[in-house]
Order: sequence, then C-alpha cells, then structure tokens
Amino acid sequence: MTTSNYAAERETTEGKVFTVTGGDWDTVVSGTDPINDERIVVNMGPQHPSTHGVLRLVLELEGETVREARSVIGYLHTGIEKNLEYRNWVQGSTFVTRMDYLAPLFNETAYALAVEKLLGITDDITERANTIRVLMMELNRISSHLVWLATTGMELGAISIMLYGFREREYILDIFETITGLRMNHAYVRPGGVAQDVPDEAIAKIRDFLKMMPKKLKEYEDLLSGQPIWTERTKNVAVLDVTACLALGVTGPVLRSAGLAWDLRKTMPYCGYETYEFDVPTHTGGDVWGRYLVRLAEIRESLKLVEQAVDRLGKRGPVMVSDKKIAWPAQLAIGVDGMGNSLEHVAKIMGQSMESLIHHFKLVTEGFRVPPGQVYVGIESPRGELGVHAVSDGGTRPYRVHYREPSFVNLQALPAMAEGGLIADVIAGGASLDPVMGGCDR
Amino acid sequence: MSATDDRTTNGGVPVPATPAGATDGAPAEHPPASPASRGMFGVRGSGDVSGYGGLVRPRQPIEESPRPYGGYFDEVRDALEEAYPEFGDAIEKIVVDRGELTLHVRPERIAEVCQVMRDDLALRFELCSSVSGVDYLGADERRLHVVYQLTSMTYRRRVRLEAAVSAEDPHLPSVTNVYPTADWQERETYDMFGIVFDGHPNLTRILMPDDWEGHPQRKDYPLGGVPVEYKGAEIPPPDRRRSYQ
Repeated sequence: MTTSNYAAERETTEGKVFTVTGGDWDTVVSGTDPINDERIVVNMGPQHPSTHGVLRLVLELEGETVREARSVIGYLHTGIEKNLEYRNWVQGSTFVTRMDYLAPLFNETAYALAVEKLLGITDDITERANTIRVLMMELNRISSHLVWLATTGMELGAISIMLYGFREREYILDIFETITGLRMNHAYVRPGGVAQDVPDEAIAKIRDFLKMMPKKLKEYEDLLSGQPIWTERTKNVAVLDVTACLALGVTGPVLRSAGLAWDLRKTMPYCGYETYEFDVPTHTGGDVWGRYLVRLAEIRESLKLVEQAVDRLGKRGPVMVSDKKIAWPAQLAIGVDGMGNSLEHVAKIMGQSMESLIHHFKLVTEGFRVPPGQVYVGIESPRGELGVHAVSDGGTRPYRVHYREPSFVNLQALPAMAEGGLIADVIAGGASLDPVMGGCDR
Repeated sequence: MSATDDRTTNGGVPVPATPAGATDGAPAEHPPASPASRGMFGVRGSGDVSGYGGLVRPRQPIEESPRPYGGYFDEVRDALEEAYPEFGDAIEKIVVDRGELTLHVRPERIAEVCQVMRDDLALRFELCSSVSGVDYLGADERRLHVVYQLTSMTYRRRVRLEAAVSAEDPHLPSVTNVYPTADWQERETYDMFGIVFDGHPNLTRILMPDDWEGHPQRKDYPLGGVPVEYKGAEIPPPDRRRSYQ
C-alpha cells in the first residue's frame, strides 16, 4: 500500500477513506473533465407536475445544459380512432370530444365538418348553427388559453396566475354547462348542426363574461408582463423560427409567435369565419415570451368574435339541418336529470305518431348512411391545425377517422427547442407548445 | 371479417355475388363493404329469416376523374407534370371528389413526388399537414394506403397524396428528409398499420407499448371486447353487434 503525500488513505469499517490535503487540489480536480464526464441521463415524467400531463422526457444533461432531449408519448393512448369504427357517425361526437380535453368543442366541430363534407351538406348548415359553433369555439379557445396561462405560470413559479386562470376558466365552463349540460366532453356539435339552441340565460352569462374579461386580462398583464422573473424565464427562451416551425409542422400560436400570420380561420375559413371582424396577432421573437403575448392577444380577438357571434344570435332560426334523414329527431332539452329528449317529443312518439317513433328508432339505433369517399378538414384549434381525415364505406359507421392532432405534431419540436439550453428552459419551452396529452395520444 | 366467409354459409339465404367495382388492383377509392352493401345488418349466421340478408347494393366505383378538374386542381397537375419528368410513371390515378384532389402515387416514388411538391415554385406545398394510413382490406390487393395531406401556405391549397402497399410487402420510402414533421406521423402509421417507411431515422412504436404485438388499426385486428350482462340480457362487444350497414 502506497501513501501519497497529498491523499493519505486508511482503512475503516466503512471502507477506504482518503484524506485530501495540500495545495495541489487543483491538479486532482483537473484530472476529470467536468464537461465530458458529467453527462447524466435524467428521466423526467411521465408523472411530473411540469410536463403538462403524462409526457415523459429523457434528457441527457451536462451540468444544467441539455445535450439531448427525447420525448416519449403514448401513456394516454385510448384507441379512440379504432373505437370510432364500431359506433355510428353521430356517436362519434361523444368519442372525439374526449381527445383534446381542453378543446372539446374543436374536436367536435372538426369531426362534424368532416362528416358534413362527406354527406355533401356543408352548405345546408344553418346560419344559426354556424354562429353557435363559432361562439362555442371561441369561448373554448379562451378557456384553453387560460389553462395554458395558468399551468405555464405555475410551472415557471407564478402561482397566483394559476389560481386566476383557472378561476376565469371556470366561468366559461359554467357557460358551457348552461348551454350543453356539461362542463367538458359536451358532444354538443353534431353532424348537421348543434344539439340544441342556446338558452337566454347563457346569453346573459356571456354578456357578463365579456364585460368582466378585459379587466381580468389587464390584471394578468400587470402581474406578469413587467415582472423581471417572468421576462427572464421567457424572453429568448426556446426559440423556434418560421423555417423550423414549417419543417417540424408546428402551427398555431407557436408559428404565429415566429412571425407567420397563418391562421386557418383567415386563410381557409370555415363556419363563416370570413364574415367576422378579427385580427391575427403575431410576434417576431419566436420565443416563449412571444407565445405568451400572442396567446393573450388571441384571447382579446376571441372576445371580439364572441361578442359578434352573440349579437348575431338575436335572430332566431333552426340549429339543425332540415333533412330529417340526418337531423336527430328529438329536440333535446335539459331536464332535472341532465340533457335528454324533450318531454314533448316523447309524448308525441309514444302517444300520437307511430311513424315518428319508427323514424326515431331507426335514426337512433341505426344511424344515417354516409356516401363512400374520403375528406380532410382542418380547423384552427387553440394549438394549431386540427385536421380530420374521415373515410366512409357507405355505411352507418365511420370506416376510418384520423385526427391530425396539433399537440402530437407540435411536440416533435421539443428537442429542437431544448437541446443546448438549460434544463429549466425545457419546462418553459415544453409548456409554450401547450401540448395536451389526451389529444396527443388519442 | 373477410369477404370470403360470407360465401361459405349464409343460413339458407341466397349467396350474394361480389359487389361490382372497388376490387381490381388499382387503388380503390371505396373501402370494401365491411359487411356493408350486403345484407341489412352486417351479421351472418343469425336467426335473420327476413330475407333482407340477401340484399346486394351495387356500388359505383369512383374512376379516374376526367379533365378539366376545376379549381386549382388543373394548375397543380400541370405544374407537377412540368416539374417532374417521371410524372406518367409515378402517378397512377388522379381523383377529384368532394372538392378535394387526390393523387395516387406509386409507393416507391412518394418521396420524390413530395420533394417536387415542396420545392417547385408553382407548387410550394411547404407543410405536410398529416400522414396516416387506411386499411382497405378486401377492396384492394394493396390494402394498406398511406395518405399524405399537403398544404401550400403560399397558394392556400391542399392536396392529398395516396400510396398503396400490400400487407405482405408493406414498404415505401420515408418522406422525413423532405418533411421532418412526418417523423412521428410515420411512426404512428407504422405502429398502427405495420407499414415500414424505409429510410426513417427511428421507426419504432410510438403510441402502443414497445413490446406490443400486431398493428391495431388494421381491419383484421380484433377489438377484443367481452360480452357483458345487463339486466339478464347479454350484450355482445361492439365489434360483434349488429352494425346496420
């Protein structure tokens, strides 16, 4: 056993112990290369409060710098696309609404638009149904962006904004409950129109909300925009320019934060968006800060859209296509135990009209047939292009429905944002993509 | 459910002929009758004595669309023909249906076609919106179709490319070199349909667990439900219920 003069060693019950002394500590340390020897692999998630759901990140770190990042998904795969093939076309609404659970009305509307295009009844959708769809989608966009603001704020250390964001979102969910009967998973937008008309009570609530929300937005901005920690954590963090966005297929607020004003509501309008007055906010930074500004500005634009849509609702009219072979036979109504067939309709089919009863039975159990063929419909969800590729074989069930989920596609950009940056910025970058794993994994 | 098991026994009901169309080798636009187009309920061997089980509904196959297609479709075709010398060899069929243009592409050419579609100044399909699969079991010998939705942000146009491969040789080139966004979407298509994208950097399962067997979105993959009892009656799993086709 040799003893060196700067690191004496001795045996103890715990094993060999070195006592390092002397002034040449620097040479001992320089024997290791802290850059190359300190690569560690950190497995973040799938159960981690900052990964926005069951997303797993495998990070290779050198100190605090991320050298490689890989995302692993699939923990929330529920086989919705496969299940759709065993239900009829209308029942599909209740499945797709559960995909991206923060934007259920977008899932439903995209599905309904695809089925309507297959049926060839796109132009027959009533004006009122389209207005209600726009109204609901824009309210949903606000609620989705609020959750984004709340969770991202929390992940970056701003706890109050989390409470505020969820508080205001709850107000929107209240409106949804008044209109559809449910806070989430509405199955409200159906092929052919919407399930039922908007009650007056809900209009009053929306008007209140429109009055309240601008003040709240001001509060959020006062709280965050000038806050040095917030700006430090977001400015020039997780930058993605337009080229990278297009190559990686990133759409939505992330693309707009890089400077390209691509919004399907403007560029490929649907549901009558071309008749509304609104702007597409952009930013040129391409960083988390830009995404924050774009999303806040989008909430303001959505408020404008909601206001216009509510004004148009003054004119009454049908909310379902008139084709009795497609439209749900009953007028749905909200009773004491939730949404169901209206008592009037039940009284009619049970008491007066056997033909109505047969018709009701056929449409409910069997569903309507959809002519064979395939379509693709894309709409602008809060996260980007939400596309539905629907194939029909001429039967009463979808042959294949595929969702192009913006969460799924956008999440591919995470390594591009994270690699070379700090580990804390992985959280900021990932959160700024706003992935919803229910939509991502479907 | 394959088309053959209908022909063997049919509970005394007249055995139907194969429906016209959609069964030749060319990429089919129509999915096959699952049990659709034959019978009323899509079930076999049940106690259905109504005679409706023998109904055969003829199907109109969608043929190659004649020119002019209308809209921007002619421009897209002409631009592609001009920019891509192998056009005649690569494009099998062009179909216009419901205001959408579908180019059926020979699978081994798909990456080249995508390259031209992206780079040519008159085409400029910068964004690959979606890549997914459809299984046309029973309708097409090359039953697995890969469907690409391309978007041109410059011209605000959409085009669908479709490439068909057989289940025995499910290979076609990956388009990830042209559209990096196809990475995960091709992985999903591989995961769900077992279509192999040659040249993909990391073709592994993405949604299903790594050790999963089979490809769930194929039409011959069982749904795996079990019958449940409800108030004394047995309710079959969804894939064995009457389908009312």
